[in-house]
Amino acid sequence: MSLDVLVCVKRVVDSSGEVVLSDDEQAVDGRYAGFTVSNHEECAIELAVQTAAAVGGAASVVTLGDPAAVEQLRSALAVGCTAATHVEADPTVFGPADVAREIAAVVRDHEAAGRPHDLVLLGNDAADSGDFQVGIRLAYELGRPVINGAATIAVEDGAVVAGVSGPDGHETYRVPLPAVVTVLEGGVEPRYPTVPGRMKAKKVEIERRTPVSEPSGPKRRRLKLPPPQPSEVQILGEGPEAAPAVVDLFERLGVVSR
Amino acid sequence: MATVPTSAGVVVIGAGIVGNSLVHHLARLGWRDIVQIDKGALPNPGGSTGHASNFIFPVDHSREITDLTLDSVRQYQEMDVFTQSGGFELARTEERMEELRRRMSSAKAWGIEAELVSPEFVKEKVPFIETDQFIGAFWTPSVGVVDSLRAGTIMRESALATGQLTVVPNVEVVGMDVEGGRIRRVRTDGGDIEAEVVVIAAGVWSPKLGDMAGVSIPLTPAVHQMISVGPCPQLAEQEGEISFPIVRDMDTFCYERQHGADMEVGSYAHRAILHEPEDIPSIEQAKLSPTELPFTSDDFDPQLEQAYELMPELLGAEGAEMRYAINGLLSLTCDGAPILGESHVKGLWTASAVWIKEGPGVGRAVAEWMTHGYSEIDIQHSDIARFHPHQMRREHTRLRTTESFIKTYGIIHPAEQYESDRNQRLAPMHESQKKLGAFFFETGGWERPHWYESNASLLEEYGDRVMPREHEWDARWWSPIINAEHLRMREAAGVVDLTAFAVFDIEGPGALDTVQRTCVAQCDVKVGKVIYTPVLNAAGGFVSDLTVMRLGEDHFRVVTGAAHGMADRKTFSDQLPGDGTTLTDVTDEVSTIGLWGPRARDILSSLTSDDVSDEGFGFLSCREIPLGDVTVLASRISYVGELGWELYVPMRDAAKVWDALLEAGERHGAVPVGIGVYGTTGRVEKGYRAFGFELDAERTIVEAGMQRPKVKAADFVGKEAYLAQREQAPATVLCTMTVDDHTSASGRKRYMLGGEPILTRDGGTLTDGHGRHPYVTTAGSAPSLGKHLLMAYLPPEQAVLGNELAVSYMEELYPVTVASVDATPLLDPQNERIR
Amino acid sequence: MILVLVETDATGAIEVSRETITFARDLSAAGGGVPVDAVVVGELPGTAEELAQQLASYGVRDVHHATGEAFSAYGGASWASAVQAVRDSTGAVVVTAAGTPRGMEVLAHLTARIGVAMAANVVSFEGLAPFTVTRQVVSGSVLEEMVLDERPAVFTVAGHAVEAVPAQTPGAGRLVPSSPEVAEADLIARVVSSEPPQADLSGGLKTARVVVGAGRGAGSAEGFGDLLELRDLLDASLGVSRVVTSLGWRPHHEQVGQTGSRISPDLYVACGISGAIQHWAGCSSAKTILAINTDAEAPMVAKAHYAVIGDLHEIVPAINEELRKRKG
Repeated sequence: MSLDVLVCVKRVVDSSGEVVLSDDEQAVDGRYAGFTVSNHEECAIELAVQTAAAVGGAASVVTLGDPAAVEQLRSALAVGCTAATHVEADPTVFGPADVAREIAAVVRDHEAAGRPHDLVLLGNDAADSGDFQVGIRLAYELGRPVINGAATIAVEDGAVVAGVSGPDGHETYRVPLPAVVTVLEGGVEPRYPTVPGRMKAKKVEIERRTPVSEPSGPKRRRLKLPPPQPSEVQILGEGPEAAPAVVDLFERLGVVSR
Repeated sequence: MATVPTSAGVVVIGAGIVGNSLVHHLARLGWRDIVQIDKGALPNPGGSTGHASNFIFPVDHSREITDLTLDSVRQYQEMDVFTQSGGFELARTEERMEELRRRMSSAKAWGIEAELVSPEFVKEKVPFIETDQFIGAFWTPSVGVVDSLRAGTIMRESALATGQLTVVPNVEVVGMDVEGGRIRRVRTDGGDIEAEVVVIAAGVWSPKLGDMAGVSIPLTPAVHQMISVGPCPQLAEQEGEISFPIVRDMDTFCYERQHGADMEVGSYAHRAILHEPEDIPSIEQAKLSPTELPFTSDDFDPQLEQAYELMPELLGAEGAEMRYAINGLLSLTCDGAPILGESHVKGLWTASAVWIKEGPGVGRAVAEWMTHGYSEIDIQHSDIARFHPHQMRREHTRLRTTESFIKTYGIIHPAEQYESDRNQRLAPMHESQKKLGAFFFETGGWERPHWYESNASLLEEYGDRVMPREHEWDARWWSPIINAEHLRMREAAGVVDLTAFAVFDIEGPGALDTVQRTCVAQCDVKVGKVIYTPVLNAAGGFVSDLTVMRLGEDHFRVVTGAAHGMADRKTFSDQLPGDGTTLTDVTDEVSTIGLWGPRARDILSSLTSDDVSDEGFGFLSCREIPLGDVTVLASRISYVGELGWELYVPMRDAAKVWDALLEAGERHGAVPVGIGVYGTTGRVEKGYRAFGFELDAERTIVEAGMQRPKVKAADFVGKEAYLAQREQAPATVLCTMTVDDHTSASGRKRYMLGGEPILTRDGGTLTDGHGRHPYVTTAGSAPSLGKHLLMAYLPPEQAVLGNELAVSYMEELYPVTVASVDATPLLDPQNERIR
Repeated sequence: MILVLVETDATGAIEVSRETITFARDLSAAGGGVPVDAVVVGELPGTAEELAQQLASYGVRDVHHATGEAFSAYGGASWASAVQAVRDSTGAVVVTAAGTPRGMEVLAHLTARIGVAMAANVVSFEGLAPFTVTRQVVSGSVLEEMVLDERPAVFTVAGHAVEAVPAQTPGAGRLVPSSPEVAEADLIARVVSSEPPQADLSGGLKTARVVVGAGRGAGSAEGFGDLLELRDLLDASLGVSRVVTSLGWRPHHEQVGQTGSRISPDLYVACGISGAIQHWAGCSSAKTILAINTDAEAPMVAKAHYAVIGDLHEIVPAINEELRKRKG
């Protein structure tokens, strides 16, 4: 049976600019910046697509989000995922445990329908709520082992081999499938959509479903903005006279040997 | 950091292509103490210039826009930031091919090299295009791309080099102080700047700035979607920014423009996505820049497919990815023209809603205007003074741009009417007109009957004399009823609703002085006289033509067309001496009804006790007369060449007077007559010139054949220039021509609509003393003559009665003959009918 | 009791773990002086006593040391089972760790196992009833107030949210050995091998440690000589702005920006680049940016960490000269 890698994504505000909060202080307002998925999830999608290609399987994508989150599903479809599931719900009232439970339900239902996801990939953490736990909670929901923070993965002999950058250097994990892996950005370069890819994505029918249980909530009281931090450029000098100061800087940064 | 000066000779707000061009030309023209500010950083402060696709197709149906574009290209070339690439406009349908043929007319009229070519020709230059997707193309070799940011820097630096410019980026305007109707100060977050002259050149933010001074700059920020696909190997192997012609896929409203290794695909096909200026993100909030908003891919998906169909090998190439995609903001206006000129606040100017292709040209024109009071290129269609109050509403801009956005690459008939935000101004007799089956055209917000279906019964009566049109395009927005109404008016009489006229009363001790200085004609006439007069700028070009009535020693009434009424109001207001003389706009209080035709006197006399005989009420005189229980101001004048009057009626009485005239007229064979007659057929038979068609700021009284034997002694704007023009032979001569044969190659008769080039019989180019090529300024039926007439400025040596020339229409030549070389009418040359 | 998971390196407890203990002490003080315990797992770099002593100086009462074959290699589940055992035996009401990848992972496992919430990247606490913390979200650009109303309250402390300060009164630092049972399932996901990090010597733009960038200021295709020399002297890659490739001065594959490569070097030397948005999108991940530009108000200068104002054609040769001189 061929492998159907499931990758989980979350629609988040693209927060590269100045962040604006929603009026109820429960979410980041995306009206100026637009929406995206986190860098980790982009890498997870890339790894899912690469893995599927390597083993002759498929990559599927799932999200829990409001109706607009279909945009992120289409983006994933445009870069090589071939099926998508949309759990339609207000993501701001779902805590990490709630989300893990909903994804687990999707995995179980797909499995019951003859479409098991022996490998589930998630981002290391969501770009907005930064909870660092959905993947691990999902693993417990599914009773599977989990590798956290993988930069690279490969599937071989019924196992997933993951490379993680740890305190001791490059660490390797090897875990039998089925398994859950959370992905940290940096190991792969996520591709952009191609024109044919985008056109194909448009034609995929997205599985729509509602949550299986009431969320217990994220325990969030409110969001607030930290006081602004002025970043001052340090002028090293004017003209060629600044050269020694520049090379001093190079030495401090360790980019030239002393 | 540069600091904000406390005073300036002129403040230019904005450092996009327009602001930079302005400071350059202002410095060149000798302005001192110029201060340019922008809230963003340089060289790209984050406005629309920063994300523009930067390509230029020179041919536009508008002469004004084309001239601004050609001037801009010249300036870009001088700055060495123009790269010629050539450009194709593709036709996927026969209807579009016809539009491209019409485009050829404009190209020839404006003197731009262009050619209709086959798909194979396109493929030769754009090898990755699929030829089975289109049937032909319009090829303009002079299309190119510019580096607009670089151009901005060069122009700013040239101004800096004069020592007269201070540039302060990263400073935001927080207020503008207006005192006594004049701009005094710009307040910024870096300090206040005292200044008597300020220009708002802030693109999509201009409305916000205008509001600070109580000035409406009615543009809307609107999204134009663009994606960049690459790297495409076919492009990457070429050096430089652009090696292939730009392709405009007109029927899918898309373009494909190479940018280095990428192909940029832009779209005007999506729904109109409009924003409010206040909702544009700040520089800090924006992900890319304030005018590069998050891409909404759903809106673009249909275009993606169409673009892919056209260039599958390129857009589907291995490794070619969509790496950049934006909803870019640009400025749109209700009529598609820029917003330029001085606002009603003295000293506060604007140069907004300008695209890259016009930027440097606009900068030069506005700088000239600020310096001399006029510009070399006539930019009247872009004058901020053109807007009527209803057009200054944001709602109007929103509705109109929503309607017109999809027409950016559309096929637009020259007479095409908007559908949205209509019925803004209704004449008192509007209900009656609807019952008569009026087909309404809009002008200045007024709904005006163009013809009346109730007159359809006349068609049978006149048969072929109504000159029916066989081709749908020629007959679109037209009806043979117009010509039937025309014939009936000439035979009996017509009643014309002219409520839309703009009417101003100038009263006070300086009233005479005001009109004398504004108008060319002698206005120091007896009370009760009517004057027809051109109005000139200081260079002796037309800024209007209109009528003036002297209603009292210190009371003049100015009557002018609705379309140009607001600009005329500013022209007169600018001449008020400030001694208590006032200008009052009575447009909304006075309705005008025209009554003309051989039976007009019979009809009027049946309704009034007054003496309306020629002796009792001479031509070019006016006075109040009773009409039943209503008193109306009657003016004996005519724009259709018939005996008759314009009746100025209080709005509340106008419906009653209208009904009375129709009722009294019926016995004499009079019918309601629409603007189709008044504006075109009636006047072309009489050779009457119209402002905006024959008359504009680049034409002179002498060229238009309108000079009188004497020039009044009193001073007036443009007098010196006019006197000089009278001493010289004209460089071009306004002529009227008849079309001798309408039969096209297909055997169908075709009727020109205006804008077509006049050529020699064998298709050779003509050039006048200005270097311009003749084109049709007005085309229209002359039913009384059984001819289709064309007016055009011809080279003097061609302005010879009987001279045989040709008009090019949809790429076919039709023979024409010069029938008048001055203002002599083809119908009733002695003007006997008017008496 | 507050239980702190401590990570170690050759110097003992790592700085962020000591910060977390400091945070725990503050929390303890606010909560009436409950004890602060530490838990360490597996083999230590030095002796357990040395570590206990170090932690005592930070006010730690008991240092629970979990040992056994189960901890011979790192695994999130196995470590969590060690922490859980200590928590179960001590009844800790708060469990915390530094917001490191491992700290996050272990506590996430812990909370999944015992069914409570976890707050990641806490920077401060707001109140005790209910226990409310403020934590970093959206990569630190937004703060969230979150209620931890379950026991144990579990959270990680964001790095450098507080300074690591030894306690005025040292703790007992009592070493408490622990050898918990670890279920087979918790041993599946463990590090099977590790190798020290390798420097990337490929010189590829996307992975380069140092990138020398050049924009319009280079002036012409011929204006890259000094820049290429600087590139070589720094063992760097060359990246250029879009205008440079558009003008044909350099090949397209060297382009950095929205339509080119996205780079994240340790140092980006941006020479004669104004810092257009297009370009910034590709280089904003650089850890340090040095801008060399004639215009002190160019966006690139404003966004850079360091800048030299002037013509790159004068400055870059001087830097090259200085580099050659120091290299001898």
